[in-house]
Amino acid sequence: MRNIDVAEVTKIVRDSVIKINHHLGNSLVSLIKKAKENERKEISKSILDDILNNQEIAKEGNIPLCQDTGMVVVYLEIGREISLNGSIYDAINEGVRQGYSEGYLRKSVVDHPFDRKNTKDNTPAVIHTTITEGSKIKLKIASKGGGSENMSKVTMLTPTEGIEGVKKLVLDTIKYAGGKPCPPIIVGIGIGGNLEKSAIIAKESLLRDLNDEASDPIINKLEKDLYNEINMLDIGPMGVGGDTTCLAVKINYYPMHIAALPVAINIQCHSARHTEVII
Amino acid sequence: MIKLNTPVSEKDIEMLRVGEKVLFTGTIYTARDQAHLRLIEEKNPAFDLKGSVIYYVGPSPKKDGFAIGASGPTSSYRMDKLSPPLMERGLKVMIGKGDRSEEFRKEMIKNKAVYLIATGGAGALLSSKIKKCDLLMYEDLGAEAVYKLEVDEFPCFVAYDIYGNSIFSKS
Ligand code: SF4
Repeated sequence: MRNIDVAEVTKIVRDSVIKINHHLGNSLVSLIKKAKENERKEISKSILDDILNNQEIAKEGNIPLCQDTGMVVVYLEIGREISLNGSIYDAINEGVRQGYSEGYLRKSVVDHPFDRKNTKDNTPAVIHTTITEGSKIKLKIASKGGGSENMSKVTMLTPTEGIEGVKKLVLDTIKYAGGKPCPPIIVGIGIGGNLEKSAIIAKESLLRDLNDEASDPIINKLEKDLYNEINMLDIGPMGVGGDTTCLAVKINYYPMHIAALPVAINIQCHSARHTEVII
Repeated sequence: MIKLNTPVSEKDIEMLRVGEKVLFTGTIYTARDQAHLRLIEEKNPAFDLKGSVIYYVGPSPKKDGFAIGASGPTSSYRMDKLSPPLMERGLKVMIGKGDRSEEFRKEMIKNKAVYLIATGGAGALLSSKIKKCDLLMYEDLGAEAVYKLEVDEFPCFVAYDIYGNSIFSKS
């Protein structure tokens, strides 16, 4: 058994939420730079330029990239040989509490669907837990903004609708979203499982490395085809048209019922803030 | 590129065409859904709506040494039904992000007002154009309260003009 102090988890979550909200990841910045070079429309280029300048200003001033600093999502993997001295969920929420107040991040969580009282410390986080082999803890931490999350959806297709059905659904969803989710976007797609599993893996696909490609050949081709087709939609940065609608498409899949083809589409804005830490 | 001082005049509005970059200097006001609901009921708002500019934003908390926290636009469609009563009272410019309903666009043209977009997610960049921020109304709404902002060359793009054009692609 390996003993881990939950206070360590709190500190990691605290530091991570501050860091991801102030610094855009390097691979994402390179993708935006590349998109700017290839963008042919003047106004779209200038919006991409704003996005690049923005991350410089945020990095220099240690201030948030975007005013919507999101709701925290954690994919938590706990090795079965680990012993904890307290509640890891409380520890994660304590890290959120500390990070959002000390990092000048906006508290964007309300407690009830209709009363809508702000919880004032951005808790609770949404936490998905898996038990793994070994003696490590892995935390994949994201701050997910509301604008792009609101344009996401889950649909239960029928198996015979197949790849073409999935493509049409994705393209329709992105067309409908237009400029609202702050394009250029990253599209996370979960196919299979059931209603909730498709959504959980869709979001998890957004936490994959940006340069990482699906290993399954059919899924890999679908990622590439969708990337090209989405960028032909002429939605463009902030919806003003142009060559740059999406920066990447990620697809995760899972076995499913013979009668089902669940598809979840989770849209991520260009301010993709996430990190991965192993303890 | 056009530079405009606030409040804006009808002539300013007539000048604006879709896709044009506009830099605003002067006073602009923040308001989101909740503040709109209250402003509509307000007999004597704490600012003159005539020729006013409203920016849809809920800033993040400010750090010492800065005038305001990150201040990028929020999605405008949530204000589509709430804008007409304010345009009827003189509101001329709305700044946000994303496209809006056909009904909004008709009302906007009828009232000779314009809709502009600022770069969504560029909260740090846009905050650097805001020199001063004072709480004006509805303190209890926190980040969603009405703030009076002094801006210097605040950058936006004309999204809908009074001639019926839209910046957004058709798809
Ligand atoms: S969609 Fe993303 S970039 Fe746009 S305002 Fe929301 S969090 Fe910020």
